[in-house]
Amino acid sequence: MTRRLLLAAAVLAPLLAPALIGDAAVGQARVVILSTTTSTQDSGLLDVLVPMFERRTGLTVKTISVGTGQALALAARGEADVTLAHAPSLERTYVEEGKMRNRRLVMYNDFVLIGPAEDPAGIKGMKVAGALARIAESRSRFVSRGDKSGTHTLELGLWKQAGIEPKGAWYIESGQGMGATLGIADDRRAYTIADRGTWLALQKRIALPVLVEKERLLLNVYSVMEVNPANGPRVNAPGGAAFADFMVSPETQAVIGTFGADKYGQPLFVPIAGKRDEDL
Amino acid sequence: MRLITEGLFEAVRLLVTGDAEVWQITLLSLQVSGTATLLSLGAGVPLGTALALTRFPGRALAISLVNTGMGLPPVVVGLFVTIFLWRNGALGFLELLYTPTAMVLAQLVIAAPIVTGLTVAAIQQVPEKFRLQMLALGASRVQAVWMLLREARLPMLAALMAGFGGVISEVGASMMVGGNIKGATRVLTTATVLETGKGNFDVAIALSLILLSITFLVNWALTWIQQRARA
Repeated sequence: MTRRLLLAAAVLAPLLAPALIGDAAVGQARVVILSTTTSTQDSGLLDVLVPMFERRTGLTVKTISVGTGQALALAARGEADVTLAHAPSLERTYVEEGKMRNRRLVMYNDFVLIGPAEDPAGIKGMKVAGALARIAESRSRFVSRGDKSGTHTLELGLWKQAGIEPKGAWYIESGQGMGATLGIADDRRAYTIADRGTWLALQKRIALPVLVEKERLLLNVYSVMEVNPANGPRVNAPGGAAFADFMVSPETQAVIGTFGADKYGQPLFVPIAGKRDEDL
Repeated sequence: MRLITEGLFEAVRLLVTGDAEVWQITLLSLQVSGTATLLSLGAGVPLGTALALTRFPGRALAISLVNTGMGLPPVVVGLFVTIFLWRNGALGFLELLYTPTAMVLAQLVIAAPIVTGLTVAAIQQVPEKFRLQMLALGASRVQAVWMLLREARLPMLAALMAGFGGVISEVGASMMVGGNIKGATRVLTTATVLETGKGNFDVAIALSLILLSITFLVNWALTWIQQRARA
């Protein structure tokens, strides 16, 4: 039995080695840590853009996709080099505090208010503020992300603008990502706010048509920001800047402008580099 | 049921068409968990043997701590290892965060107590007289310990399978220290969570089935060795 085990170990050892040495060769200046959000990663856009950037610059990008709160918190601690997020109010706070620098708009998509086709609160075609008021009045079921994500932050902002504090059995907080939240909304025949990209991606699985859309308040604006090297040791400032510049470069913007068209019939994002918040 | 059947077809399709990403993810899962298990053997067996055979003040406490370690929540291990490996952390200079090596490290922390604790139990269930008999027959201390381990080979192999099972199936630590980076640190468990979150349930089920299959194959081989060792 001993011989058999030793033989097995000898056979396995060379197979296992790569797991340990694989990454050691990459030096510090060659790695850029990008902190971003789960919905950005889930759209698949970064799976196209990151290899483009790596080929062009020879740098290695480590994309860490977590909740917006965590993405920004990591950057503030210097555990990332550049951040791509879509929570403008939170982002501006970090910039004002000096934790993030050089915030530039990259692209936007929009959120849609979706719900059951039978529309119990009768909100189809309304403006989002009025629609949310109607939902709260009629106590129609509404599912929230409830996880301090960019989507959740936007949703809370909309309730605030409508002058409503959402509370009660009708307001369901999933605490999960967009895909799972849509699943819950579909299952409970509830209203929810989703980014158009995820909604398009899940079209075949859920039966929740768009009821309210295309408003300034429903814009989902993505920005890229560089991490202040003072946030922590070993921040790769040049690498982070290179990635940020890449995101707003004309070629990348062109790629962003057509991404998703073949799969969903319409591009998922609208590139807006060079614009400022006020322009939208 | 239809969803699971769809998942089964998707699993077969992914493997047969040689989907490069799935194969890479599967190989990485085996590499990371395999390495972590072997390292945990290297740490756990000597430590467990020492704990079982030597007497020292605080021995009972030490064994209790090891047994508690068997139930360490992987996500908690992941969190603490991440804090150490952060750029700001004590081991930040090693630049190991978001690499397979970090994942091996975290899984080693999860598996080592399991292997150690089960080794202690395995050795303790061999009658003390056996060890004394070996020594009386002229065995050196090292030889006696080796004979002891051989005598306890059935539960020792169970310890190996428990250690492997614990780490091939964990997702919390791998997610935190690895970052689930495509092509670099994505393994079967973290990929399953990703696909589920995106709503791609058929792919998620396919990955789950692949994970269950390879876990079964590894344990089948080990069980075969274990049961043959009964002879």
